[in-house]
Amino acid sequence: MKDKIFPIFLIIIFLIIFFIFYNGLQNSNIYTPKTNIEKNIPSFKAKIFNTDDNISSEEIFKNDKYYLMNIWASWCVPCRDEHPFLMNLSNEKSIEIIGLNYKDDVVKAKKFLSELNNPYNKIVFDEDGTLSIEWGAYGVPESFLIYNNKVIKKIIGPINENLLLEIKELIK
Amino acid sequence: MASLIGLYALIFGLCFSFLIVFFSVKNFRNINVFDNKIIFLTFLQFFFVVVSFLGLILSFVVSDFSNETVFNHSHTTKPLFYKISGTWGNHEGSLLLWLLVLTLFIFLFLLKSKKQTKQYRILTLLFQQIIIIGFFIFLIKTSNPFNYIFPVPDEGLGLNPILQDPALAIHPPILYLGYVGSSIIFSSTLAATSLNYISKEWAKHIKQWVLVSWIFLTLGILLGSIWAYYELGWGGFWFWDPVENVSLMPWLALTTLLHCILVLEKRLVLTSWVVILSISTFTLSMCGTFLVRSGILNSVHTFANDPERGLYILIFLFCLIFLSLFIFFFFHKVEKKNIGNFFWLSKETSILINNWFMMYFLSVILIGTVYPIFLEVISSDKISVGPPFYNKLIIPFLIPFLLAMAIGPKLNWIKSELKIKSYLILFLLISLLLSIFIIKSLNINFLLNTILVTSAFYLFFITSRDFFIKKFKFFSQTIAHFGFSLLILSILFNNIFSTEIITNLRIGETFHDEKFKINFENIEKRNEQNFKSFIGKFNIENFNGNVEILRPELRIYNQPNIVTSEADIKTNLLTDKFMTMNLVQNQDYFNIRYQIKPFMFWIWFSVLLISFGGIISLFQRRYER
Amino acid sequence: MKILKYLIIVYFILNFNFLNAEEVNIQNKITKNLRCLICQGQSVYDSDSEFANSLKIIVKQKLIEGKSEKQIYDFFENKYGKWILYDPKFSKNTYFLWLLPIFLFIISGLIIFKLFIIKKN
Repeated sequence: MKDKIFPIFLIIIFLIIFFIFYNGLQNSNIYTPKTNIEKNIPSFKAKIFNTDDNISSEEIFKNDKYYLMNIWASWCVPCRDEHPFLMNLSNEKSIEIIGLNYKDDVVKAKKFLSELNNPYNKIVFDEDGTLSIEWGAYGVPESFLIYNNKVIKKIIGPINENLLLEIKELIK
Repeated sequence: MASLIGLYALIFGLCFSFLIVFFSVKNFRNINVFDNKIIFLTFLQFFFVVVSFLGLILSFVVSDFSNETVFNHSHTTKPLFYKISGTWGNHEGSLLLWLLVLTLFIFLFLLKSKKQTKQYRILTLLFQQIIIIGFFIFLIKTSNPFNYIFPVPDEGLGLNPILQDPALAIHPPILYLGYVGSSIIFSSTLAATSLNYISKEWAKHIKQWVLVSWIFLTLGILLGSIWAYYELGWGGFWFWDPVENVSLMPWLALTTLLHCILVLEKRLVLTSWVVILSISTFTLSMCGTFLVRSGILNSVHTFANDPERGLYILIFLFCLIFLSLFIFFFFHKVEKKNIGNFFWLSKETSILINNWFMMYFLSVILIGTVYPIFLEVISSDKISVGPPFYNKLIIPFLIPFLLAMAIGPKLNWIKSELKIKSYLILFLLISLLLSIFIIKSLNINFLLNTILVTSAFYLFFITSRDFFIKKFKFFSQTIAHFGFSLLILSILFNNIFSTEIITNLRIGETFHDEKFKINFENIEKRNEQNFKSFIGKFNIENFNGNVEILRPELRIYNQPNIVTSEADIKTNLLTDKFMTMNLVQNQDYFNIRYQIKPFMFWIWFSVLLISFGGIISLFQRRYER
Repeated sequence: MKILKYLIIVYFILNFNFLNAEEVNIQNKITKNLRCLICQGQSVYDSDSEFANSLKIIVKQKLIEGKSEKQIYDFFENKYGKWILYDPKFSKNTYFLWLLPIFLFIISGLIIFKLFIIKKN
């Protein structure tokens, strides 16, 4: 009996390993950083798009409304796909859309907006991408739903029909 | 048409498995000699897999986009050489390559094992057929290289241009000969264990297979590193990426196995080690296949993620594990009288110490690679395990390992007298002084680096002396150990003495610092078969006044639409000069990286030396007989 | 004798200083320890992606501001989670990760010693 213990022990270990791997398969290996839910928005100063003036985050987010901070660029293809949804959202009174132009060329960005219309109340310019990192973003497009200086929802990737409805629900 | 033939050949191949099993079992049971019909059947099975493989190659060559695999991974503008190598550069094709090696090796095994008993040969064949059938079913059910799509597209989705490289074309076949070749060791060990066939003679017989698999695995890993260095553009050759780890683990097990077989040839000891290591090598290969192809891990190298395939491999892998466990515990007889019988100062003990350290290194790599998976399942917390982890746990242990490698081969079998030869101390002193001299003027951690370099030098000198004194008696061992010491030394010096400059330059601008002047002269534009090429010309002047011209390249591919950066590397015996040029989004300047990397050539050469040691051992045996 | 060896090993691990040519250059050390999140398995140091380049700028800024290495790692861990760090910190989640290999080493050493080796007679 005694020398049966070790084999049985091994078999149990391997069974456990099997189940762990089996469960591991179900998890996606694409990492989404734990969204900064209920985290305070970063405090920053940034250049206003197409000017030489700066603006601070306190000034941008001072009102008692919802804000959607949307990171975009003219060279970003999915940004074009989500743009109509942003336009739609800009009609809602209870929310203001703030654009963060990411690593872009001013001329091309202006062309993008004149082509597809401008949903943004304000746009800030992130030339080297460091501001996006303050927000914990890592690509384009990404959007942050903000209320009371806190991030209540983070969207990675373009906004689609479903997400638009979700946002509209949240800002009622 | 070629795809259709390929598909039917594949199915025929599977049918042959059942024929083979049938005739093998029949022959096993009766009292006749080995039925040579069986060898012919394994040959036919191999033949059909070859036909299937050729069918796939042909489909790639003619760009037959009715074949889903060709559609996904090829393009009409791809150069012919890469159309062909694209055959095994994807998941389905590479599995067909698995089958090719599996069936080839069992056929060769039967040819070369005529001196062994019939039962052993048949049982090995049966175990191998379990693996072969498993792969056939896996291929046909979940990863069929001959799926038909309709309507037939005009153009394919194109092979990733990063994979269009000569080193990457031969890396999989060579690697698989090692990786998959260990299947034969697995099958024959299970057979030998079941029949209580493990003996000194069996060790002699199996040693050639271990050597063959080991040599190819070493070369395959070398090719992968060379490819990463030349192609990926960051000047590194090893990153502890899961896919790299997954090839290194079987190599460690196989090297340890090789050493144990060397012992087993002389004395009937360490039989349990041999059995467990044989099983582990192939198990680690399969486990590696699982980790890389199921999408469970995030890596540079992953094939298409498909949990269904992952699940199949997982189940198959664990079936093999449980089968091996059963056979080991049920059949394996430990030679009780030989346990506890090693003198503390003997060659057997030094091989044990080698095993001990190798298994430690293997456990570090294994735990580092799979721990994130375990943690995520248990606690939903996702962490990364990267180079700092492996470096911290492996490097300190290299020191006693290198020293043991120097002393071990000098000990006698069974018992050594404690005779301290003068050269042993002399070399130690020389190594120590040399290291101190080299390290002291550098601003790095003195103690650890000095001891590390000392140990590497020590092994280096001892093996060099062995080479000159002992001549041919232990030539293979000396060359391999010498190669290893050279490898460690080269990596250490490469690490210590590499320098780099990163800067942004516009065309016409010059970068200045105390050591270098880099002038960005111009950009030359060219149109190639499937990409547009932009070659930057850089004049680099170092403080000696020597001028070197480097031409890193940017390539803009049309299919798929991506940009790659091709480094320009100037190699000589002493150092490599490495330069890359990268676009910066929306700016008119380029990001330039210029690196000086000493001893790169010696890193590659030392691995060649190591495998050369194995090759000599392989042919030495023939000569002995 | 063996115990001494173990102690030395443990001492080295605790005092370990990464073997790096550019140890002088702490920026490189930090960026080598950060994962490029949009690449498949590359560090920020190795990668030339947009994200990696922006991250390098931030690391440089923070070093100029006088932040320590640990503070910089904490900053990024705060923004992106532990996954961005290649060096798994020694926390309750990673006890097994760091200690299991060492533990196996010691246990297997003891087993080998007991089973296989006899002192000189």
